[in-house]
Amino acid sequence: MSDQTDGRLAGVRSALLSIRPNANDGSLTGTSGSSNTEPPEIAAASSESESVSRQGSGADSSASAAASTQPDAETTTTSESGSGLAMPAGDKPLGSPRVDNAVIEARDLDVFYGDTQALHGINMDIPEKEVTALIGPSGCGKSTFLRSINRMNDLIDVARVEGDLHFHGKNVYEDDVDPVALRRKIGMVFQKPNPFPKSIFDNVAYGLRVQGKDDNVEENVLTALERAALLDEVEDQLDESGLDLSGGQQQRLCIARAIATDPEVILMDEPASALDPVATSKIEDLVEELAQEYTVAIVTHNMQQAARISDKTAVFLTGGHLVEFDDTSKIFENPESDRVEDYITGKFG
Amino acid sequence: MSTNTDTSTTTTTTTTTSTGGDPDGFDPDGNGFDFDGSSIKRKHQLGTIFLGLCFAATMVGIVALVALLADVLLEARGWLTWEFLTYPPSQIAENYVPSNYGDLATGPGGMYPMIIGSIYLIIMTAIFTLFLGVGAAIYLEEYAPDSSLTRFIEANIANLAGVPSIVYGLLGLAVFVRAMQTGASLIAGALTLTLLILPIVIVQSQESLRAVPDSMRQASYGTGATKWQTIRNVVLPEAVPGIMTGIILSLSRAIGETAPILMVGAATTMFTPPDLTDPTGSFGAMPMQIYEWAKMPEAEFQHVAAAGIVVLLTILLLMNAVAILIRNKYDKRS
Ligand SMILES: Nc1ncnc2c1ncn2[C@@H]1O[C@H](COP(=O)(O)OP(=O)(O)OP(=O)(O)O)[C@@H](O)[C@H]1O
Ligand SMILES: [Mg+2]
Repeated sequence: MSDQTDGRLAGVRSALLSIRPNANDGSLTGTSGSSNTEPPEIAAASSESESVSRQGSGADSSASAAASTQPDAETTTTSESGSGLAMPAGDKPLGSPRVDNAVIEARDLDVFYGDTQALHGINMDIPEKEVTALIGPSGCGKSTFLRSINRMNDLIDVARVEGDLHFHGKNVYEDDVDPVALRRKIGMVFQKPNPFPKSIFDNVAYGLRVQGKDDNVEENVLTALERAALLDEVEDQLDESGLDLSGGQQQRLCIARAIATDPEVILMDEPASALDPVATSKIEDLVEELAQEYTVAIVTHNMQQAARISDKTAVFLTGGHLVEFDDTSKIFENPESDRVEDYITGKFG
Repeated sequence: MSTNTDTSTTTTTTTTTSTGGDPDGFDPDGNGFDFDGSSIKRKHQLGTIFLGLCFAATMVGIVALVALLADVLLEARGWLTWEFLTYPPSQIAENYVPSNYGDLATGPGGMYPMIIGSIYLIIMTAIFTLFLGVGAAIYLEEYAPDSSLTRFIEANIANLAGVPSIVYGLLGLAVFVRAMQTGASLIAGALTLTLLILPIVIVQSQESLRAVPDSMRQASYGTGATKWQTIRNVVLPEAVPGIMTGIILSLSRAIGETAPILMVGAATTMFTPPDLTDPTGSFGAMPMQIYEWAKMPEAEFQHVAAAGIVVLLTILLLMNAVAILIRNKYDKRS
């Protein structure tokens, strides 16, 4: 590694340290602990029932697998609670792709567009009520992966998904899964802002209306706009077209639309790409706030942002391979893969 | 510019000198452009000639249209009265002459029943077309799998748009009047006109649906909407202006069609507007009546026919104006 690279990496590290002082203490509990400082009660109950239901289905085989692939798991929880699905050794990315509190588990997930394969055997977990960042160069399949989580790839004629993607232990690609119901649980903010040619209010209310959440529409819309850091700017023009907003405002409008329906998981595809630093930091605050109640997966090209807001980071590299998945602090301080290190420091090879 | 290798020295030199560059394939002046502009001038001249031809072609159409309109308007001048719009037709030429209105035993002649007949016809056609045309377009565009069968159907719908209207008239006669026993009724006429314009409406509606950006559909599905919710709340509202324009323009073609309703057996002359409570009753329509008048030997009837044409054209232009209004209204909104 060149001196220059070292210097840049140090820069990222110090940024990380200033935001998260305990990021360097070397223990895995540091990061998960920081997001769980005040765990909401519903959350605790639901994650408990989750692990109980998992125990029933194949706990013994996968529990030992969890223990072997992830020795650190025992420091935080019992091995039973981490008894997700076993991960094939062949395609396993570097780092620790298994998490204890996984809501979403991708296993050998391949995605094809026609004859070209966009994702190759993705194996990773997305932990509950934490922020998982997906980073990687353009065209490496980050959006494709996000879309395969809530089956938005179904809408692309040429797209084909192979392998499994489990949501609460249920493979969402099984025949009996209704993609509409799935998407009501897993909301999405798209890479390109795509507000409807409707009023600002109706844009945010859309999801509430189609999902039949008709009570308190007005209150929910305003709350969502407030959380998306947009309310102040549009308060007086709620009945004007969402298309008349600036690009960055549209992006926040789409965030408001996605969170208004109160989904369980929120997938964000570069939600801050068109935002100024102030709005960006508001969105980052929102993401951290959301992570107390929701599971967030966020694609970003901004390394500092990934370092600041995420608990876990998945690094995809060109060709659609997940190269490394680990705690964000680990990825940014001491990644196992040299290519990941090069990518993070901006010296992409 | 090509690189100057040993084997191609001569050719490279000739090409580069002709474009004003140096023999190394590198141009020290930084340009290889044609600065005297002779070839560009030639292209400009060609452009001017082409422009002139296009202008002439446009003018031929406009002049012919204006001449036709002027002729009709002149013929109709003085004959198009309120009475003409509100009285039933008459066999006697004198009854149409406005100066005679005062001393007529039977009352003035007009085209009231046909105006009403045409309006009923167009409303019924509009309703049938709306459901069948938009329904088919939604199915083909949003639901049908992208199979060879779908493409075959779509290709044939486009072909149907080119079938002459008299063929639709024959079809209407065989299917509706005879087989379905509707008689020479408004329903038979409306269904026949529906068949006539359906292909165009389907194609136009499909294009409007296709023009709705996919990102809108994705946004809708992404918030947990079902397919039908997406179509109803996002796709259709976006496509409606295009669909409506297509339907109205098609209807204004249908309202002037004579051949299909002639085949279906519309009455040449009707003294009362069609009875809506009698679904198999006969009906008259403007184009048929105009055709009848134009065939009459008396000179007065040429003026009467011209007055009828003006009424028909006015309704037609009104419909087109509505189509334009709808388009403008929605264009501004988005
Ligand atoms: N609808 C599609 N049809 C065909 N190929 C596609 C489609 N969407 C994406 N791809 C291909 O899949 C690969 C991954 O694309 P994807 O959009 O997932 O990349 P990304 O990581 O999100 O990139 P970016 O950071 O630029 O958004 C690319 O090679 C792309 O060309
Ligand atoms: Mg992307």
